[in-house]
Amino acid sequence: MNALNVFLFVAFPYVAVVVFVVGVTYRYRKKGFTVTSLSSQFLEGKQLFWGTIPFHFGILVVFFGHLVAFMFPRATLAWNSVPIRLIILEVTAFIFGVLLLIGLVGLLIRRLSHGRIRAVTTKTDIAIELLLLAQVVLGCWIAVGYRWGSSWFAADLTPYLWSLGTFTPETAAVYALPWPIKLHIVGAFAILLLVPFTRLVHFIVAPFHYVVRPYQQVIWNWNRRSIRDPGTPWTEVRPKSS
Amino acid sequence: MDVRSQISMVFHLDKCIGCHTCSIACKNIWTDRKGAEYMWWNNVETKPGTGYPGKWEDQDIYKGGWEKDGDSIKLKGAGKPKSLTNIFHNPHMPVIDDYYEPFTYKYLDLIESAAGDVQPTARPISMITGEPMDIKMGPNWDDDLSGSPDYARNDPNLKKLSPAEQEAMFEMERMAFFYLPRICNHCLNPACVAACPSGAIYKRGEDGVVLINQDVCRGWRMCVTACPYKKTYYNWSTGKSEKCILCYPRIETGQAPACMHSCVGRIRYLGVMLYDADQIEAVASADEVDVVRRQMEMILDPFDPDVIAAAKANGVADSTIDSAQKSPTYKFVKEWNLALPLHPEFRTLPMLFYVPPLLPVMASVTDVDHTEQSRKINPVGKHWPDSWLYDTTTEELFGTIDDSRFPLEYMASLFSAGDTTAVADRIKKLMAVRLHRRQETVGDVKENTVAEALADTHLTPEVADAIYYLTSLATFDDRFVIPAAHREQAIEMIEFTGDTKGATGFGFMAGSAQRGA
Repeated sequence: MNALNVFLFVAFPYVAVVVFVVGVTYRYRKKGFTVTSLSSQFLEGKQLFWGTIPFHFGILVVFFGHLVAFMFPRATLAWNSVPIRLIILEVTAFIFGVLLLIGLVGLLIRRLSHGRIRAVTTKTDIAIELLLLAQVVLGCWIAVGYRWGSSWFAADLTPYLWSLGTFTPETAAVYALPWPIKLHIVGAFAILLLVPFTRLVHFIVAPFHYVVRPYQQVIWNWNRRSIRDPGTPWTEVRPKSS
Repeated sequence: MDVRSQISMVFHLDKCIGCHTCSIACKNIWTDRKGAEYMWWNNVETKPGTGYPGKWEDQDIYKGGWEKDGDSIKLKGAGKPKSLTNIFHNPHMPVIDDYYEPFTYKYLDLIESAAGDVQPTARPISMITGEPMDIKMGPNWDDDLSGSPDYARNDPNLKKLSPAEQEAMFEMERMAFFYLPRICNHCLNPACVAACPSGAIYKRGEDGVVLINQDVCRGWRMCVTACPYKKTYYNWSTGKSEKCILCYPRIETGQAPACMHSCVGRIRYLGVMLYDADQIEAVASADEVDVVRRQMEMILDPFDPDVIAAAKANGVADSTIDSAQKSPTYKFVKEWNLALPLHPEFRTLPMLFYVPPLLPVMASVTDVDHTEQSRKINPVGKHWPDSWLYDTTTEELFGTIDDSRFPLEYMASLFSAGDTTAVADRIKKLMAVRLHRRQETVGDVKENTVAEALADTHLTPEVADAIYYLTSLATFDDRFVIPAAHREQAIEMIEFTGDTKGATGFGFMAGSAQRGA
């Protein structure tokens, strides 16, 4: 049992993070063509709306909720020290969790029921969607059955995750957790591990840089001003394309 | 003055016979792939008609192009706030049914069916699902269907006509249509580039070709919405957008693009134009009626010494400047003022120009007096019985233009943002050239009539002959003046060519295979 625990909560997270970083970097740099959202809106746009919107906004809030508790555990605990604030936080998180669940189920139904969407569905699409579904169901269950997760996450899991980050794993608290929470943790790392191999990779390339770039883009194959300048002989110093 | 060169196109609509050879040439080379079957980077539409995708010109539906926003412009259906907030679901994105579901037939059934009493048939099947389907649409479904209630009468350009004018257009006796071949316009102010959240779409500096980097495209689909001409397409299989590349691999090696090379009617011209890139924003933001005129002004005279000096300072190659001076498109667009861009009101500053069709306009005259016409035609001439055959001998020189079967408003809606004088000017010139040539070859037009027509349109006989030559007699090299691509210099600027000596290709591909590897 202890060996399994060590594997799942020490070895597996490291493997998952390494595979994620190496895999995503490799795929982004070498297989750029495969990095896409693989949107199927073009084949079916109406039913998609009722799946993708709750799914994406749900997962954004839930993901960043977990991230905040991980990054700022003290602030989270301080916020939760007033009961009404704790309840507001938990209820909001739960609503978005359910929204995420509804969206995911909607997307799965759409994916399986439309001939055109089935034509662009791969086995990994289904696998990752079922894994996400299991993860979301577990998450909602934990939110109801093991109450005030935002507090015990900040108190118990954040130290564990930070300890992994500093290569001094402290796992006692995790080993003592009930099994649905343990499964949820393993599921999270499994999803992370699978990102480079599935369509989930598209969240890495969310186009925030669009906000700062000028609207029009012109790319020159060669530096148009210097190439014709007789004063600059061709050198090994390679000018950057303007 | 920031002089840049742009490969531009002119399509002479009077010469288009609607054979779709261009579309097929393009399809065979570029879009005969999974996910791209429905794409027609080049397509030919019948006007009046709804086009492909259906009603693409109606931006109330598709929200393409730019719109005026105070002194500046903004994207109608995309742009920084909208592209990001609509990224999970783009409310203005056309779906495949707006184009058509690609299909093929089960041809093997014809050969492999078991022997039986009935003939085997090749059923249509969807190229997406592979399931049998009923074909409801095709890429040229409204071909030649002028006057039909489902197509011609739903043409978005008819909105600007009064109900009476619309009815007149569809009277059986006056019925006319023409073909509108379309490719990507390789705009100076491309909406697709501006809408791309990933920054995958760009305009090539050297020749202005607009391209999508397939390794950077992430399938956010905003370009499909933003292009008002619907000339970027989403590949549903690869999850990437694709568009006309103006056959740049052909252009770089001095060959005309496939659609132009294969054009049966020889309607297509390609050449370089120099323009002032500093003016782009101001021109695109101009008042709707001024956009066309100002776009023409932005195109620079390649013979002007100042322009040449500025172009050289900007790194425009001498060979490109030389091509610009010989450019057939410069002649049609700027020198002769014969061509107009399609839907300039979209404000993308398209660089594909159209010589408006004369025939539907000219052939509009229904009240030609047979006897009068017969008397004027010399004895060997054929006496046509059709009362509506266009009559080049009308006493009133340009009277037929206003009474055309195609109201000028319709043409103006297509080519000049509603400015009928811009269209009328060009049609008058085309008529004047015809009168001049009629006089030269047949000689049944009065000399002073011709002189008057030429004077009216500010043409000299020499210019009229030049227009006639480039329209009717031009050789391949007259129609396509392709600037040298100078890729050899491009490579030298990017890398030390000694590094790749002995390697496969020029370093853009994987290294050569090692023995035993």
